[in-house]
Amino acid sequence: MSEGAGEVVIEIRDMHKWFGHFHVLKAIDLVVRRGERIVICGPSGSGKSTLIRCINRLETHQRGEIRVHGTELNANTRNIEEIRRDVGMVFQSFNLFPHLTVLENCTLALRHVRRMPRAEAETLAMGFLERVCIPEQAAKFPGQLSGGQQQRAAIARALCMSPRIMLFDEPTSALDPEMIREVLDVMVSLAEEGMTMLVVTHEMGFARTVANRVIFMDGGEIIEEAPPDEFFASPKNERTRAFLSQILSH
Amino acid sequence: MSGARAYPPGQHPDLPPPDGTVGPLAWARARLFSTPVNAGLTLAALAFLALVLPPLLDWLLVRADFRPHASARDCDGLGACWAVVTRQPLQYFVGFYPASEIWRPILAFLLLLGAGYVALAPHVPWRRHLAWGVALYPLVAAWLLLGGGPLEEVSTIKWGGFLLTLVLGVAGIAASLPLGILLALARRSDLPVMRFLATAFIEGVRGIPLIVFLFFVSVLLPLFFPEGMTFDKLVRALIAVALFESAYMAEVVRGGFQAVPRGQYEAAAALGLGYWRTTALITLPQALKVAIPGIVNTFIALFKDTSLVITIGLLELLGTAKLILANENWIAVPEEAFVFVAFLFWVPCFFMSRYSVALERRLAEGADRKRGPLR
Repeated sequence: MSEGAGEVVIEIRDMHKWFGHFHVLKAIDLVVRRGERIVICGPSGSGKSTLIRCINRLETHQRGEIRVHGTELNANTRNIEEIRRDVGMVFQSFNLFPHLTVLENCTLALRHVRRMPRAEAETLAMGFLERVCIPEQAAKFPGQLSGGQQQRAAIARALCMSPRIMLFDEPTSALDPEMIREVLDVMVSLAEEGMTMLVVTHEMGFARTVANRVIFMDGGEIIEEAPPDEFFASPKNERTRAFLSQILSH
Repeated sequence: MSGARAYPPGQHPDLPPPDGTVGPLAWARARLFSTPVNAGLTLAALAFLALVLPPLLDWLLVRADFRPHASARDCDGLGACWAVVTRQPLQYFVGFYPASEIWRPILAFLLLLGAGYVALAPHVPWRRHLAWGVALYPLVAAWLLLGGGPLEEVSTIKWGGFLLTLVLGVAGIAASLPLGILLALARRSDLPVMRFLATAFIEGVRGIPLIVFLFFVSVLLPLFFPEGMTFDKLVRALIAVALFESAYMAEVVRGGFQAVPRGQYEAAAALGLGYWRTTALITLPQALKVAIPGIVNTFIALFKDTSLVITIGLLELLGTAKLILANENWIAVPEEAFVFVAFLFWVPCFFMSRYSVALERRLAEGADRKRGPLR
């Protein structure tokens, strides 16, 4: 484990967020270094999805600061767009564009945000569709794909923008058990290539083998943060123990 | 126990369906005679058609008099007296447009069909290049119809009949969709001022009958412009129809936007797309697809609403028919004239309806084949 070796890519200091009067995220401090794989777990409603959605400003925080590659996330739209191009996101419900083919889903941002010529964008996108093992689905529409294929297409779409950080928001929660494997395999291979990843998931097997840090959240706070072997073997906090005993018991 | 298995587990082949469950006979049994009530309804419908259709066709076609008599009094009186149409058919189509220049509205109409084909048909070779022609169509049509340069000028006062209906309908449709989209976007905007203005316009206009709105625009619009600058009556009617229908269109399109899941906006944002690109590439296409039935419904309503311009003195199809019927030669045969007018309104409306069904089917094909052609 090369903890603390890489440069800091995400820095969150004393960050708070409210939904109306509801205090969802409380005093979040988190530093992510290049190449780290961080798994965030916790009961539903603990704020884990909201936390990673704050990193590309799908949610707005109200206090504290978030820096991505040194750029502070604030109301400055240019900063937001700059950061979003650098940060890929994969959603629980895939969110592929249903009116476009898989290939068009992948090339859309390349062509219209990066202004890449069509042929070049398609070559690049086909490369990533091969990476996630669905090149033969390129001409189909998302509705014609299985859940696992859709999620892999969504990963390819995010990778097309060559992000330096990937956020995964419960990427396997909407999948049938048979399809979870194929998505996790893609994520493992991404991790092996050194991608910086923040993953909200209940896949504890993935956390154990791939993560180099596991974060447990509850009630909008980071309760515990440790390398996976330590996290699973000897959780320090009572709530972490309760959560783990529930999630690992079946 | 009927536990006997003909095949070992996992080896069961796909068998054909039992006899009598597929095919036209099975269809008729399932759809037309499935229950006593259903069978009764089917027979009642057939009886109704047998009762109504023969005399109707008899009057409309079989015993009708198609000869272009000079007056309804010369008809034989056995069936419909179509002389009210065949005596001066051009007037129904173009009003008082000069007969010597009749090729111009005809050419404009043919070009409209061509432009419509390029814009609407599923596969058009060279569409990209032909799109320029479609974009230029309004200018070409205006020049053809109005004249100027080498063409004799024809004032809009002389336009009438189906020509005027079509001009109002097509221009209203072409203008109300983009206007409606902009209004819908404004009403959904994060900017309170935009939202307020759009909401005020939509709710204001929707609360007024079109007849009142036509008077309103016709009388008030000139007050906003410098004195002496007169506005063509047709232009006033066009503006009124376009603004009026865009308020309805805005709500239909907004309904389409409501159906686009939040995740689509988030996925677009996560890829770094800004507001306009997200709208143009992601959300608008999906919103319009959902809204097709409502949009076409509004188009059809608009097309027929154009007959209200008669209240500001424009004689479109219905107005022309009424003018003809005011003549004592034809005063006795209003049914024939109105049937013909109704038919001319019905044809384009039916075309729009069929086109919308075909478009829905075409768009559904790729996107969600799994859920069947029509959700």
